[in-house]
Amino acid sequence: MKLGVRENATMLSRVADSLYWMSRYLERAENTVRQLDVTMSLMLDPGGASVESRWKRLLSSLGDPAGLAWNGDLESMAHSLIFDGLNPGSVTFCVDAARENARQVREEISTEQWQRLNRLFHQIHSPQAEAQFRSSTGDLMAGIVDGIHLFKGVSDTTMIHGQGWHFIRLGRYLERAYATATLLEVYQPDLFCAPEREHSGYQYLEQVGLLRCCTAFEAYCQVYTADISADRILEFLLLNRDFPHAIRYAVDCVRSAVDAIQRSGARRPPEELIAGIGRLHAMLGYTSIGEILAGNPGAFLHSIRQQCIAIHELVYRFYVHYSIQSALAV
Amino acid sequence: MSTSPPVELEALFGDYPLDSAFDEMREGSGELRPHYRALAELLAHLPPDELQRSKQSADLAFLTQGITFTVYGRDEGTERIFPYDLLPRLITSAEWDKLESGLTQRITALNHFLRDIYSDAKILNDLVIPRELVYSCKQYRRQMRGLQVPRNVYIAVIGSDLLRLNNGEFVVLEDNLRVPSGVSYMLTNRRVMKRTFPKLFHGYGVRPIEHYPQLLLATLRSLAPEGRPEPNIVLLTPGVFNSAYFEHTYLARQMGIDLVEGRDLVTHDNIVYMRTTDGLKRVDVIYRRVDDDFSDPLIFRSDSILGCAGLFNAYRAGNVTVTNAFGTGLADDKALYAYVPRIIRYYLDEEPIISNVETFILTEEKERRHVLANLDKLVVKAVGESGGYGMLIGPHSTAKQREEFAAQIEANPRNYIAQPTLDFSRAPCLIGNHLEPRHVDLRPYILFGDKVNIVPGGLTRVALEKGSLVVNSSQGGGSKDTWVLQ
Repeated sequence: MKLGVRENATMLSRVADSLYWMSRYLERAENTVRQLDVTMSLMLDPGGASVESRWKRLLSSLGDPAGLAWNGDLESMAHSLIFDGLNPGSVTFCVDAARENARQVREEISTEQWQRLNRLFHQIHSPQAEAQFRSSTGDLMAGIVDGIHLFKGVSDTTMIHGQGWHFIRLGRYLERAYATATLLEVYQPDLFCAPEREHSGYQYLEQVGLLRCCTAFEAYCQVYTADISADRILEFLLLNRDFPHAIRYAVDCVRSAVDAIQRSGARRPPEELIAGIGRLHAMLGYTSIGEILAGNPGAFLHSIRQQCIAIHELVYRFYVHYSIQSALAV
Repeated sequence: MSTSPPVELEALFGDYPLDSAFDEMREGSGELRPHYRALAELLAHLPPDELQRSKQSADLAFLTQGITFTVYGRDEGTERIFPYDLLPRLITSAEWDKLESGLTQRITALNHFLRDIYSDAKILNDLVIPRELVYSCKQYRRQMRGLQVPRNVYIAVIGSDLLRLNNGEFVVLEDNLRVPSGVSYMLTNRRVMKRTFPKLFHGYGVRPIEHYPQLLLATLRSLAPEGRPEPNIVLLTPGVFNSAYFEHTYLARQMGIDLVEGRDLVTHDNIVYMRTTDGLKRVDVIYRRVDDDFSDPLIFRSDSILGCAGLFNAYRAGNVTVTNAFGTGLADDKALYAYVPRIIRYYLDEEPIISNVETFILTEEKERRHVLANLDKLVVKAVGESGGYGMLIGPHSTAKQREEFAAQIEANPRNYIAQPTLDFSRAPCLIGNHLEPRHVDLRPYILFGDKVNIVPGGLTRVALEKGSLVVNSSQGGGSKDTWVLQ
C-alpha cells in the first residue's frame, strides 16, 4: 500500500450526481445556443419555411420546452430562450443549474474550473450581455459557446481523470447523443420526405444549417466534399466514429466512461446496464446507412433516444439512487 | 543600546496613541519591546510603496489560494478575501510555554468535568457547582447520561479565546467547544506571511504550525471505535450555505478525508454508512461540524435535514465515534465558564495556570443588582451565543440598548453573564500606509486524543475598526499571523 495515498477511488453518490448534471446542463446550454444561432440565420432568408414553422421546429428539437410558443416577435422569443432564468429550456437556466451543481461540489473540481464557470455565469447575467443581444446577437451567442468550450478545456487539463471526471464525460456525451438524435429525428421529415422539392438554394441552406447545429459542416466537407446530400448527412452525424458530435462517437464515449467508472469500484454493475450500453453501441457500430434508410430512420433515431434514457436510469439506479436493501445485500 | 524607534519608524507610527492598554509592540514609554525590534527595523527600512506592494501580493495570494468567503447576496458568487493584517503578532517562547501548560490543564479538567456530569455528577454532589446551573443549561443533553465515550474524550478540539490585560498577563475570555472555527485562516495566514516576509520569518525562527491537519487526523484516528484498525474518518458539514464551509472543505482536503453532509449518511443496524458510487461504506469516526440540535432528527430537532437519523443510536452502541461528543456545549456555556477555576481545582488539585476574567453570575441576586446598576461599564453576554451576537458593550452602548438588555436580564437572568469591559491588548496594524493600534485576542487550538497537542500560536483576531472591541469575523474583525518564537 502506498503511504498516504487514499485507497478508495470511489466517490460520494451525491458528488457524482452533481458532476454529472453540471456537465449535462452545460452541454444542453451549448446545444441550445447553437441551434438558436443557426435557426436565426436561416430565418434571414425569406424563402423556404416560414419563420413560425422554423421556430416550432427549433423548439421540437430542443425537447419542446414550455412557455416559448411563437408569439410573432422573434426578438422577444430569442431573448426568452437565452435569458429567461425561470424557464428550464433557457440557456440561462442551464448555466445557472450547472454552476449551482458545481458549487455543491466545489472541492471536487479545480479552482480553474470553478472560476471559468463563474465567469460564464456572470457574463450571461451582466448588463453587457443584454446590450450585446440588441447590438450583435451572433457575438453574444458565440461568446457563450466560447465560455463553455473554455470550461471543457480547463476540465480536461486541470482535473484528475478519476471517477469524477468520468461522470462529467458520461453526462456530456449522454446529453449529446440524446440531443443529436432528437435533432435528427425532428429534421428527418424535412430532409427526406420531400424528394420532389427542387434542389434550391434554400434546401442547401437548410442542410448546411443542420450540419452547423452540430459544428459539423467543415468536418463533413473533409469527409465527403462539399456535395451535400441528406443520406450522407445522416450517415455522418449518426455513424461517424471519429467526429465528436456524431452520435456513434458520443455513444463510444459513454461506453468508455461507464467502463472506467465500473473499473474503479469493487461491485459488478448489473447485466442490464452492460447490455444496454452494449446494445446501443452495437446498433451504431454494425448497422449500415443503407439498412437504416431502407428501414424507418425516424424509428431508428427514436430508439436511440429511448436507449439513452434507459442508460441514464440504469446508471442512476446503480451508482446514485440505489436502495439501502440492495446495497447491503451485496 | 537604545530601543527607541528610529526616525523612519516614527514616521510610520505617526500619531500612534499609547494608553493604559497593553501594546504588543511598544512599552508604555514608547520604547520597542525587544522581540519586536527586528520587525520594526524591517518596517523602518522598507520604502513606503514596498509595503503596499507586499499587501497587494498578499491579497492576491489569498485570492488564488481560495482563502475567501463567498457573498451570496446581491453580488452573486463574489469572493471576498477574509480581512487580515500584514503585520505578525509575536509571542515569546516563555509566554507560550506558560500558555501551553495552562491550556493543557484546562482541556484536561473540562474533559473530566463532562465525564463526571454525564455519569455520577460527583462535582454536583459535592456542591462545587450549583446543580441548577448545569441542568438548566440548554446544551446539557440527557441522552448522554451513562454513555461510554471512547477514551473518555468528550472534547477533542477546543478553541479557547485569550486576552492580554494591562499588566501583560493572558487570561481566558471563553472556551469554544462546539465548533471552533478559524483554523483554516490560521494556516493560510502563515502560508501567505512566509511568502510576503520570508527573510524576517526565517530570521525570527518561528515555531511551525503547518502540521495541524496531521495532528487533527491523528487525534481523530486515536478515537476510533475498538476493532477498527483502518477507520473511515469523515468530516460532517452542514453544507455550502454554512459560513464556515470553506474551512470544512479545507480541512477535509488537508487531512485527506471525505467531506460528507447528513444526506450522504444512512444508518442501518446501528452502523453508520455513507453512500458512495461503490455502494455503502461504513463510517467509523465523524468530525462533526454540525450542532447537536441538527445532528439527528430522531433524537434532537426533528425538523433538521442536516443530520442523519439513527446517528445517535449508532453512537450509543459504540459503532461510530462522533467528536466533539454530544452535550459538550455544557462546558462552553458562559455561566459555567465562571466555575472553570473551581473545576480545575476539583479534578486536578491544582491552581489554574491561566486565570479567568472576572464574571458576574446574574442568577445571584447581589451580582445581578450590581450589574444592573453598572451596565454602562460592563459587557453583558448571552450564555449560549457566539460570533459576538447577543452582546452589550456598556461603554459603547446607548441608554435605550441598556434598557432593553436590563429587561432581558430581569426576564431571564440564567441566560446572561456580565464581565468588566476589558481594555485588552493592542497590536500595530497597517492602516493605509501607517501603523495604528488595534485590539487583538488570541485563539489557540487545542487537540485532545491520546494526548494533548497544541500548535504554537493560533489565530490572532483583530478588531479592524478603530476603537472597536469586537474581533469576530462576522462583525468586522480580521486576523493576523501569530508567531511564537523559538
